[in-house]
Amino acid sequence: MEKYLYIALFAPLVSSLFSALFTATPKKLFTGVIASLLIFSALVSSTILLTYILDGGEPIHVTMMTWMATGNLYIPFGFVVDQISVTMMMVVTLVSTVVHIYSIGYMDHDKGFNRFFSYLSAFVFSMMILIMSDNYAGLFIGWEGVGLCSWLLIGFWFHKESATWAANEAFIMNRIADLGMLIGIFLIYWNTGTLQYEETFAIMPSLDTATLTWIGIFLFIGAMGKSAQFPLHTWLADAMEGPTPVSALIHAATMVTAGVYLVIRSNELYSLIPNVGLFIASLGTFVALFAASMALVNRDMKRIIAYSTLSQLGYMFAAAGLGAYWVALFHLMAHAFFKALLFLGAGNVMHAMHDELDPFKMGGLKKVMKWTWIMMTIASLALAGIFPFAGFFSKDTILEAAFADHHFVIYGVLLFTAGLTAFYSFRLVALIFHGEERYKIFGIHPHEAYRFMLVGMSPLLILAMIAGVFQVPFFNMVEEILAAHEYHIHSHTTVWIMLLGTQIFVGLAILYAYRKYARSGIKVPDGSSAVENSFMYKLLINQYYIPYFYEEYFVKAYREISEVFWTKVDLKVVDATVDGIAGIIYGTGEKTRDMQSGNLSTMLRWMVVGLIVLLSLAVVFGLAARYSDEILAILSGLGV
Amino acid sequence: MMEIGLNHYLVLSTILFAIGLVGVMRRKNLLLLFFATEILLNAVNVAFAAISHYYGDLTGQMFAFFVIAIAASEVAVGLGLLIVWYKRHGSIDLDALATMKG
Amino acid sequence: MFEAIAFYLFAFLTITMFMITVMTSHALYALTALAAGMIFISAFFFILGADFLGAIQIIVYTGAVMALYAFGMMFFDTTRELKEKQGNKYIIAGLSILAAVLVVVIFAVPMVSENIVALYPAIDGVGNTQNVGLVLFTKYLIPFELAAVMLLVAMISGIVLAGKKMDLSITLMNDAEIEEENNKKVLS
Repeated sequence: MEKYLYIALFAPLVSSLFSALFTATPKKLFTGVIASLLIFSALVSSTILLTYILDGGEPIHVTMMTWMATGNLYIPFGFVVDQISVTMMMVVTLVSTVVHIYSIGYMDHDKGFNRFFSYLSAFVFSMMILIMSDNYAGLFIGWEGVGLCSWLLIGFWFHKESATWAANEAFIMNRIADLGMLIGIFLIYWNTGTLQYEETFAIMPSLDTATLTWIGIFLFIGAMGKSAQFPLHTWLADAMEGPTPVSALIHAATMVTAGVYLVIRSNELYSLIPNVGLFIASLGTFVALFAASMALVNRDMKRIIAYSTLSQLGYMFAAAGLGAYWVALFHLMAHAFFKALLFLGAGNVMHAMHDELDPFKMGGLKKVMKWTWIMMTIASLALAGIFPFAGFFSKDTILEAAFADHHFVIYGVLLFTAGLTAFYSFRLVALIFHGEERYKIFGIHPHEAYRFMLVGMSPLLILAMIAGVFQVPFFNMVEEILAAHEYHIHSHTTVWIMLLGTQIFVGLAILYAYRKYARSGIKVPDGSSAVENSFMYKLLINQYYIPYFYEEYFVKAYREISEVFWTKVDLKVVDATVDGIAGIIYGTGEKTRDMQSGNLSTMLRWMVVGLIVLLSLAVVFGLAARYSDEILAILSGLGV
Repeated sequence: MMEIGLNHYLVLSTILFAIGLVGVMRRKNLLLLFFATEILLNAVNVAFAAISHYYGDLTGQMFAFFVIAIAASEVAVGLGLLIVWYKRHGSIDLDALATMKG
Repeated sequence: MFEAIAFYLFAFLTITMFMITVMTSHALYALTALAAGMIFISAFFFILGADFLGAIQIIVYTGAVMALYAFGMMFFDTTRELKEKQGNKYIIAGLSILAAVLVVVIFAVPMVSENIVALYPAIDGVGNTQNVGLVLFTKYLIPFELAAVMLLVAMISGIVLAGKKMDLSITLMNDAEIEEENNKKVLS
């Protein structure tokens, strides 16, 4: 069984290194094919491990070697396959395989084809380290690795200024959050003496609540950066500068879920500090509403889907904060499937529309891109939480959890957000695929994507439809290690009312979206309509002016400070010192070069200088010899 | 002030020596450089004689005596060399004398 | 009292003369000032009771050495005004002042002078010249002989360096050959 662990872990690394050999050469198809095959082998291994765990197998631990053993600190390169990590492994490898296959077609005409696969596989490797590691240090390595790879991938088209800026923003925001996470890890080590999960969690109940609260808060700050919670959320929308497969893999399924994974993995810690959990849940709820509101009016297709991801992450954190860790994990899994499907479908649309992103400029594409239409519609239905698709099982369970624990505010906000989610998802679908064909004005000739890309996307489609079936086996599997949170709502009637009420509410939202946007006669908004000039619209489309606020008050101020440091400190002090030393040496050389000039007068002057030096030495030594007793007395007084 | 002690002579000798050093460093004409060298030697002679007088020892005067002898022979040989140089190069300016450069 | 007056007077004069020597741009003034300075130095020797040394100073230095320099000046045609490219005045002045101060410090701070003993004490009652003779020919005999050899060598080198047509010996040639030499010079 260990060999499957190793295959799953290292196949992406082999794929990345293999593709890296060809980064400087033009596109070679086999790099994509071999990369996909290797990731597929990782998927197969993960599936085998999943069936093993499902059948009640023991979690597998391997320790490869010791990383650090200094003093009391012992950190090995250790990996564990237990219920949580095998779930994540399945999700990651499945979505990665699909994305790799998809990218072969999507990056067809790109010069950096080989480089793309190298980065993509490197990302998968880092993510696998993150989820399979059995201590916080290994998690942190994976954490940083995915941060780096996401920077590489967002800024993949590095010639574009906007892409590099977005990549830097993502990385820097992650880094700021990582500081919090590091402090959390330090606190864990300081208080428990180890970073291994099992040992740490065994010691934690004996620590006092204040320490645990601080640890929980700091770890959550790290999760906030990675999972783009408020206020570190602006990078996610800007990260859409990268190629669409990148958005599908990283910003739908894997990297942004790393924060949720961290909270789920640390569930024993968060169970001890329910106040922090409540804070997390509240923040998650707030983000869910916040992101959904911004997606309502946005005119960039990928951004709408990005805000949708943000919103669903809020749901996951709400679930985790309320203590329903297994629900959060399940929602993570289901969400990965249908969100990746949405992104890939959007990629098809983008390719067809020659990288046009404004859905108002599209319309009626269902005639030309039938399969993409079907996939996106089903994915949106899953996202909205319509029975029997995947989203229903996970989202509704979250709502039930909130209701059952008597957090009615959270329940109400999440319910309202579900309606918003349905609305904006179908706004997008309606604008793109229904109505009259507005793209004809712009002279675009769309066509469907390659057949193999569609075939590659089909596993996601199937899973988005049927993943709800897995809820019960999943629950049985994870209840050993995650606190099983059974929800008892007092009467069956309430349950049915809630279920039906939610469905009706969401269904109404969908119909309203269709009515508003699928009719003919929609014009491309050009800034002149009343809706566009209203305060709410402006607020939402400028993302509540938060990026503007960050730019004005943080980025600019920091740049000023950096500039001051550069000119005043670095140039004037550090450089001046180094140059000064060099200058002194150089100058001395220049002056003493005269000694060899052959000029008698100069030599006579140097002779006098030598004479003075000798006289000085005579004076000094004479005085020292004369007053040697007094000098010894002074020196001993000073303690030498 | 009135009582002339050894220190007075030594200070005088030092002043004369310093004047000699100024001359040595300053002069660019070789002949005048020799003049300054003479000043140095004379300053030292004064010092020797003074020390000899105040300690009642004749060694100082002996040294001064030999210094005079050496100075005389130095002038003879030096001027001879200077004549040969002048015949070769036509000037006795110090700055033109840099054949030992490097 | 007299000694003090004499000392200060001659000190002032000596310093003035030597300053002229090193500072003036007229070579002739420099030479004259140097000669005058030498004479005043000998005055010091007489004040200090070193009669022999003072006489030697006048005869050898002022007489012989200055005469040599005067010949040298005439030879090199330095009677004209000299044009000298000066170096940095301040460095020169600074260095020499520093040297002077250091030497004074060495002498003033009694580091060295405590351990001086008189090795060859003067004998009272006889004049200075006799004393000098006594010491010179007994204790300093070898340096004396060496100085004599050195003077001989200097003399020979002076002749060799400055002489013309040293390969011919006029005293051993007869008159006809001398005529021939002179004609050779006229024709060529």
